[in-house]
Amino acid sequence: MATETHTAEGQGLADAIGVSGDHAGASAAGMPQLDLSHFPNQIFWLLVTLVVIYLVLSRIALPRIGAVLAERAGTITNDIAAAEDLKQKAVEAEDAYNKALADARAEANRIVAETKASIQADLDEAIAKADAEIAAKAAESEKAIADIRAGAVESVQIVAKDTAAAIVSALGFEPKAEQIDGAVDSRVKG
Amino acid sequence: MATEAAHGEGSSLVFHPMDQFMVTPLFGDGPVHWYTITNVTLWMAITVLGVLALLVLTTSKRATVPTRGQSMAELSYGFIYKMIEDVTGKDGLKYFPYVMTLFMFIVFSNMLGLLPLSFTTTSHIAVTAVLALLVFGFVTVLGFVKHGTHFLGLFWVTAAPLPLRPVLAVIELISYFVRPVSHSIRLAGNMMAGHAVIKVFAGFAAIAAVSPVSVIAITAMYGLEVMVAFIQAYVFTILTCVYLKDALHPAH
Repeated sequence: MATETHTAEGQGLADAIGVSGDHAGASAAGMPQLDLSHFPNQIFWLLVTLVVIYLVLSRIALPRIGAVLAERAGTITNDIAAAEDLKQKAVEAEDAYNKALADARAEANRIVAETKASIQADLDEAIAKADAEIAAKAAESEKAIADIRAGAVESVQIVAKDTAAAIVSALGFEPKAEQIDGAVDSRVKG
Repeated sequence: MATEAAHGEGSSLVFHPMDQFMVTPLFGDGPVHWYTITNVTLWMAITVLGVLALLVLTTSKRATVPTRGQSMAELSYGFIYKMIEDVTGKDGLKYFPYVMTLFMFIVFSNMLGLLPLSFTTTSHIAVTAVLALLVFGFVTVLGFVKHGTHFLGLFWVTAAPLPLRPVLAVIELISYFVRPVSHSIRLAGNMMAGHAVIKVFAGFAAIAAVSPVSVIAITAMYGLEVMVAFIQAYVFTILTCVYLKDALHPAH
């Protein structure tokens, strides 16, 4: 009975539900999907729902998500570029460091060589000066020795003459100066 | 009287697999007018709230490093965006919001319909037919607006030998007009069948001897239905994209 009411016209279902208050009435009605009387209601609310979802998506959600995704892609691209930059800078810094190190080493070598050269020059100069001094001293000494030697020979002659004269006089002869000088000179030279 | 009958049968096997699809007014028992607030209204409103929660609420921070919710929103966005781009090409992306609206509505309706005691709006042919006709109408109008009479080239298969072309044209024409039918019945049928089957298994659970089997079957069906709910939303959306592609590039 409920079935007939129900299929006959749409209003019937509501009545059936109203009466039964649960499943019993309509279960016999077959597919509720085919009850044309409910179509306007479903279609109306469906259209409302779709319009609401469409407005929310097109106005708020999709632009926002799109912006977030674009922003993230941009951020990632920028970060990668920045990383590349930093890497390049690090390589450059390393190069600069190596170059500075090499420069410093070369400079140090140059200073060492320069110092060595100047020390060598000083040393050479000092040695030359010392040599000159030594030579001068040696010459002086030789001269003194020669003087001393000459003095000694003279003294020997004088002493020899005096001695010869003394001996001659001691033997009782008159010493003759010329003879003694001649004899001593010839002896000393001989 | 009917109530008594139902209760009288309650002790033995009683199946009401289709009751879950009934449209009932939310307040009072009056007749269902087009403006009446019914369970359809309620569950569609919940669908809207679900879409809002997923796509608007989670993205409110616009975080560059996304939270879980925002990740899901972005995944849904990327999923449909890529689908349109793959199927229709770049010029289809203009219609992204329309397709996204359809997908989000269907997937949320399907999933919400799987909650116990809920109402599955997409199990009704009235709903899916409107969805399919919207797509069909939109695509047809778009095709004629974009290409004028060249859009009819869709039915005139120039790759085929000349004598075959009229025959193919008839076939193509029929298949074109069957599109909204298959498009809508596929979704509604899948939704309805799964829910009805689960209900039938649930009816068997009343018999102690088979109730373990019944419960296991319900669990298995439920898992299958979760998959079907998503796949049907996906199928509906990708078919929409395919139809859109036909409208944008009618040449075969």
